[in-house]
Amino acid sequence: MEFQGRDIISLKDFSREEIDYILRIARTMESVAKNGSDLLAGKILATLFFEPSTRTRLSFESAMHRLGGSAIGFAEAEIASVKKGENLADTMRVVESYADIIVVRHPLEGAARLAAEFAGVPVINGGSGAEEHPTQALLDLYTIVKEKSRIDGLSIALVGDLRYGRTVHSLAYALSLFDVTLHFVSPEMLRMRREVLETITGKIEVVETNRLEDVIDGVDVLYMTRIQKERFPDAAEYAKVRGSYRIDLPLLESAREDMIVLHPLPRVDEIAFEVDKTIHARYFGQVWNGVVMRMALLGLLLGQIK
Amino acid sequence: MVETTLLVSKIKNGTVIDHITGGHALDVVKILGITGRTRGTVLIAMYVPSKQLTTKDIVKVEGRELKPEEVDKIALLAPRASINIIRNYKVINKKRVRLPDIIKGIAQCGNPACISNSNEPIQPKFYVKSQDPLMIRCHYCSYIMEKKDILEQF
Repeated sequence: MEFQGRDIISLKDFSREEIDYILRIARTMESVAKNGSDLLAGKILATLFFEPSTRTRLSFESAMHRLGGSAIGFAEAEIASVKKGENLADTMRVVESYADIIVVRHPLEGAARLAAEFAGVPVINGGSGAEEHPTQALLDLYTIVKEKSRIDGLSIALVGDLRYGRTVHSLAYALSLFDVTLHFVSPEMLRMRREVLETITGKIEVVETNRLEDVIDGVDVLYMTRIQKERFPDAAEYAKVRGSYRIDLPLLESAREDMIVLHPLPRVDEIAFEVDKTIHARYFGQVWNGVVMRMALLGLLLGQIK
Repeated sequence: MVETTLLVSKIKNGTVIDHITGGHALDVVKILGITGRTRGTVLIAMYVPSKQLTTKDIVKVEGRELKPEEVDKIALLAPRASINIIRNYKVINKKRVRLPDIIKGIAQCGNPACISNSNEPIQPKFYVKSQDPLMIRCHYCSYIMEKKDILEQF
């Protein structure tokens, strides 16, 4: 399977076979991550973060360093070229000379697709506004496989902000390639986007509801998301839906014993701290899986892993 | 069609846009930038009985032959329309509009957060998912637009 030179913009662009293959490669990176490697020695990763980020940028840089490569970049759009009025296309045409592979996070939707059209090196979408965050979804899939040994046959609930949550869009596209039942749990105002529903409808069973209590006892995976204040055009609208869902010990009493709770982080108050110590919590384990997954992706796109 | 002949007289030189989906003649007129204060004869017939479409609209514009981008815009709103070029009362060229699978440059993405609406050296680009009813998807952000969204722009 050929990944060298490809971009990772949207999980709509990937087949089931390709995603299975990426998940297998990620598994082989577990020991490499612990022991270190010089697989990508001499290669440079550029991280261009036009939006604030903690985890994603550090995760990519950690992945690159663990494979012997190096990383350059910025995380403050305020001090970068944007401040001087440069457009994204020009930034990409410049940065392609500095790096062998580029990760872009940008507040506008479609930004990663545009970035890839102007860069001669592989581009990875590190989050494009409220649209997609494909590498987060891939590490979520990897976490599910690691914990459940399969994805097919599972019942999975995506909970919270399904309208502006870029991770759940990517995750829904990817999960539509598997034999799963998806429950979309959200306030009416934050229902799953039409473009996602149009793409996945007919491929898998999708159930929409606004009541978490209705699905908690039947699902294998509960994927919580934060209701993101920064995506709301209007503070009054945010006030109406903040705190819509909260996972705590009483709610978990009706959950299956082997049900796992995932969250792309950061959390605010949608998962009570008391849940962290339960057998259900897996969200901090996802962070390590993110490094492993990103090592696999960097190696594949740079042609050093076949 | 006998009814058509009775309702709308012939033009000498110009364009006849026929088989417009019933009720869309005024949208076509808008696309062509005809405001009512522009010079030249314009004939409009609406909800004319039609064998193909049940009802259709017709627009006849004297003294003007349409540009390719105008024809493309009409194709978006009236995918079965035909364009007849008239010279000296005779049809010298007749062709149906054709909506391509990919549309470039004639509409803007309706998602205000889409990168194609910012200052970038690109043309908006859409994939036609369905012709009738019209549904197009933005190449960049995947946002879906329908006929009413596009009409707002013209």
